[in-house]
Parts: sequence; structure tokens; C-alpha cells
Amino acid sequence: MSVAEFFSMGGFGYYVWMSMGMALVLMLGEVFVLKSQRKTVLKQVARVIRMEKNKQ
Amino acid sequence: MKINWFKYAAPSTFYPIAGKLIPFFGWAALLLIVGGLYWGFFQTPELLSDQKQYYRILYVHVGSAWMSMWLYAVLVMWALIGLVFNTRLSYMMAVATAPTGAIFTFLTLWTGAFWGKTSWGTYWDWDPRMTTELILLFLYVGYMALQSAIDDTRRSDRASALLALVGLVLIPVIYWSVNCPDPNQCAALHQQSSMSNIEPNIRIAWLVTAVGFWMFAFMVILMRVRNIIIQREQHTSWVQQLNEVKK
Repeated sequence: MSVAEFFSMGGFGYYVWMSMGMALVLMLGEVFVLKSQRKTVLKQVARVIRMEKNKQ
Repeated sequence: MKINWFKYAAPSTFYPIAGKLIPFFGWAALLLIVGGLYWGFFQTPELLSDQKQYYRILYVHVGSAWMSMWLYAVLVMWALIGLVFNTRLSYMMAVATAPTGAIFTFLTLWTGAFWGKTSWGTYWDWDPRMTTELILLFLYVGYMALQSAIDDTRRSDRASALLALVGLVLIPVIYWSVNCPDPNQCAALHQQSSMSNIEPNIRIAWLVTAVGFWMFAFMVILMRVRNIIIQREQHTSWVQQLNEVKK
């Protein structure tokens, strides 16, 4: 089986790779979003600490 | 051995445990999904001749369809525990489960559309299973919308938990939507499937990928619940003393 044959999926390449591609995009995207969300909430905590210090 | 489960229900205890579990589930997910798809793509060429290559869509379709229903049951379980015991962590778990469930539901509909186009000649039809799966997506979105619409966290948790609980009736409907009593009346495109009828090599690819999806779900739900814990407990001293907070 050649590479081109593999990707053509017997003429169904578009359908197969659109499905696989969306799975990949959503799953990697979810992990990426959660990682950047983590950075945001950690920064938020740092801000809260600073604000509470200033109040004292 | 007697374990005090409520000890683990404290966000401060659960947070580090979840952090340790995340890499384990992450690697398990990667290995199983890559392994399952490798098997499905490279160990089945003689089974799936050119006319049948679109069967490979099912490797992700079936797993995500199972996950979309399972995660809803998991969400309802956490919501129910929250309503009964009033534990903060169980509500946070429910909130953390919803987006992943919604993503798998969307992926089910998306891959289903491409499967439908190849095997039934249409991207969409109001087949009972497709319709109920679409309603499931709306339920997830409705849960998330209600949860975020109410400012008071305790009230929003309880209100959305009740909504999730009511929506549970949909899960058996989706599950049995293929057993259409009269084909002339409901015109189901999905047919009743039985695991034992499927070629073993294809079944392995399905099951391994589906277990990999489970591991992925555990990983992202734990990641999300950790974010929620930090966000909701940002005024507590244990969060402020975490090493990862840059002071």
C-alpha cells in the first residue's frame, strides 16, 4: 500500500480524514485550552494575594 | 479496611491527588488511542476493501458516542451526590464533566454526518438516534448555560444539577432508539448492532480506542476540576500557599 493509496482511503479520504481530523483538533484543543485556563486562574490567585496584602 | 471517603471530598485533599493522576491518564489515553487507531488502520486492509474504507470513521464515532452518553450519566451521578450530601467537590466534578461530554457529543454528530454521507447518502436525517443525540448536545449546553448564568455558585450548582437530573431520561431513549418497534413509523437508519457480529480486528480497534477516550476524559476532567478548584477557592490560604502560584 503506497502513501497516496493510504490517504485516499479508497476514495473516501475526505470523509475519513474529516472525521479523524476533527477528533484530533477537538482533543488537542481541549487540552490546550485547559492549560491556558490554568495559567489564567493561577495569575488570578496571585492578584488576589496582592490585593489582600494591600488592604492590610 | 475503612476509608473515610469524605476526607477525599475536601478540595484541598483532592487537588494534589488529581494532579498526580493526570499524567497517568494522559499517557494511557495516548497509548490506547494511537494503538487502537494503528490497529484499525494497518491491521485491517484485507477486511476493508476499497469500497468499505469509510468504515474507519466508526473507530472514533462509536467511542465518542459511548462517551457522550456515559459522561452524561457521570455528570448526573456527581450532581446527585452533590444534592444529597451537599459536597462542594461533587458539584465541581459535575461542572467539570459537562464540557468534555458536550465535545464528545459534538464529535459523535460530526463523525456521524460523514459516516451518514458515505453509507446512507446524506449528512443528516431525523433518524431517532441522531435526533436524540442532538437533544443530548442541547442538554449539555443548557446545563452549562444555566450553571454560568446564576452568579451565586451554590445556587447555580443546585439548579443546574436538577436540570441535569431531569435530562437523564434521555439516555435510555438514545440507547434504545435503534430498537424501533415499527420501521415504517420511525425510519431508523441506525441498525441494531451486536458486538459479536463484528470482525474481531475491527472490534479490537473500536474497543481500544474507546477505552483510550475514557482515559482522555479522565485526564481533561481532572485538569478542568483543578482549574475550578483554584478559581472557587482562590481566597483560601491553602490555594494561596500553592507552589504553582507565583507570588
